[in-house]
Amino acid sequence: MTADPYAATESETTQGKVYTVTGQDWDSVVTGIAEDHDDKVVVNMGPQHPSTHGVLRLILELEGETVTEARCGIGYLHTGIEKNMEFRSWTQGVTFCTRMDYLSPFYNEATYVLGVERLLDIEDQIPEKAQVMRVLLMELNRISSHLVCIATGGMEIGALTVMTIGFRERELVLDLFELITGLRMNHAFIRPGGVAQDLPAGALDEIRDFVALMKKRLPEYADLCNANPIFKARLVDVGHLDLAGCLALGMSGPVLRSTGYPWDLRKAQPYSGYEDYEFDVCTWDTADAYGRFRVRLAEMWESLKIVEQCVERLAGLEGAPVMVGDKKIAWPSQLAIGSDGMGNSLDHIKHIMGESMEALIHHFKLVTEGFRVPAGQAYVPVESPRGELGAHVVSDGGTKPFRAHFRDPSFTNLQATSVMSEGGQVADVIVAIASIDPVMGGVDR
Amino acid sequence: MSETQDPSHDVVKAATEEQVPTEVIGQKHGMFGVQGTGDTSGYGGLVRNVELPGASTPPYDDGGWMDDVATALAAASQEAGIDTAVEKVVVHRGEITFFVRREDLVAMVRLLRDDEKLRFEFCSSVSGVHYPGDAGRELHAVYHLLSMTHNRRIRLEVTAPDSDPHIPSVCATYPTADWHERETFDFFGIVFDGHPALTRIQMPDDWPGHPQRKDYPLGGIPVEYKGGTVPPPDQRRSYN
Repeated sequence: MTADPYAATESETTQGKVYTVTGQDWDSVVTGIAEDHDDKVVVNMGPQHPSTHGVLRLILELEGETVTEARCGIGYLHTGIEKNMEFRSWTQGVTFCTRMDYLSPFYNEATYVLGVERLLDIEDQIPEKAQVMRVLLMELNRISSHLVCIATGGMEIGALTVMTIGFRERELVLDLFELITGLRMNHAFIRPGGVAQDLPAGALDEIRDFVALMKKRLPEYADLCNANPIFKARLVDVGHLDLAGCLALGMSGPVLRSTGYPWDLRKAQPYSGYEDYEFDVCTWDTADAYGRFRVRLAEMWESLKIVEQCVERLAGLEGAPVMVGDKKIAWPSQLAIGSDGMGNSLDHIKHIMGESMEALIHHFKLVTEGFRVPAGQAYVPVESPRGELGAHVVSDGGTKPFRAHFRDPSFTNLQATSVMSEGGQVADVIVAIASIDPVMGGVDR
Repeated sequence: MSETQDPSHDVVKAATEEQVPTEVIGQKHGMFGVQGTGDTSGYGGLVRNVELPGASTPPYDDGGWMDDVATALAAASQEAGIDTAVEKVVVHRGEITFFVRREDLVAMVRLLRDDEKLRFEFCSSVSGVHYPGDAGRELHAVYHLLSMTHNRRIRLEVTAPDSDPHIPSVCATYPTADWHERETFDFFGIVFDGHPALTRIQMPDDWPGHPQRKDYPLGGIPVEYKGGTVPPPDQRRSYN
């Protein structure tokens, strides 16, 4: 028999025996611990574990069932997105940062683009329709992101129906994204100056149907979970973190609002015209995992309200521009929908290839070289489904970002793992982390 | 501005924008990586200054909240005996940045958090920026602070030379800075003195170097496609 080159080696340690358990040899651990008479066990959980919400590694020190210390190991999904952005044009940067927090791509794009627009000093020139479309997409995205949070959080505690219905509804949102942007994820749709293209025909009707359907479906989550004794037994008073703890640890989003503090950047520091929409900031007062669930559930209703207002406004904006008027910044063409899907606009290609030499030069310059952004730095955070998401965008006056750093709420909020789970049981660690809703793509970037 | 500069490549400035003082931290040469005899366009001779927004003078926003913050901060730091802590203030695009001497940073953030008129109780993020051209101040640590009480945001910037990359940790005041400082250490090699456990966070523990410094290559391999070879992104000819 040849040795498995990937098998774990016998680890040497000065502090106790190491057991490598891969799912079928638990007996060796049980007998080993019984022989050693050692109550303290350090469990390495993950990074490949179905209940850690992604490639998160947890190092738990246990005494019996009680967690005495909990630490996170992250970085398993680090892809160097920020570094890569320094080698691409400002517009191309959007295609990179949209991939960070893959459950809320529009927020990644929005915070980066808002920073670039502030440096370009064109914040006042973004057309109304582009602003409304950004809000529409962000709020639809909030619904799909919260659905995944509730669905995977349910799955991790064994509530599989919550998972199946959560992904069922999320699919509907992704269908809308596909209709509007051509892609279900990683859209790169919000661009400096506006959005990549106009709404396709029939999109508003589809969104109206979706809103009507969601109003029937959202109460199902409340019926399944809100008063469910098993669900409450697992969530109530688990992962407790009060307001002072939240501020010290930089927590934002539903975790902060579950302490009863109504802090929401959409209200406090509005961007993209959020001041023109009517909606409420949802809070709860228990500061626990159950409260965070209720905040997310309530926020989906508020998002639906905003989506309805967006649809109403967009109905009156047919044919309005979706890109800034400045031709030195605006992408030269819009994409068009052909028989083989979304692609280059044939009209635009005819124009630059057959009619206008200057248009061709302009297209070439803007697409290959891009535009220059005045030197300086900007930070325009947005309220993502997980909290304050901000891009620190630095320019040296060139055609590429000098530095783009993302303050990702998952990264910051994950620091609360220790305080939320120490002193509880192993099973509560899973609930506490699910209530933070970390997305490892955003944590590791 | 050099005489070889092509004015059509200037960033178009809005007519209403007032001229802000700038600080030159370097020069860029050429246009898209072609020099010498291969340069048929002549753009290879282009020289452009890298100018960052320079120091602003009060009043910063005509008696608005920025002036309130600056006044309150000056009063508080006078009382604490660190009145020379702020090296300069830059107001640009409606955001205010305080450049703080690194030896005064710890006392400064404590004032910013605790003083009633300041109350920046929330540290959003700590990030690093590497300016190889900013001699003696190559490494910058940038702190974004938020006051939920007054609904204001400010930015602190602290610099350190490459030869002595030490900046004090603000973890004691803002525990949330823990992972942010670890990340900045990991990517830029800034050593945050006083941090409880300054280890790498994103890169593997035994990784050599600090990947987001400008002298660290992006990496990548050439890709062959239909007989042609595409070099990795950081070695392609590109505009600068």
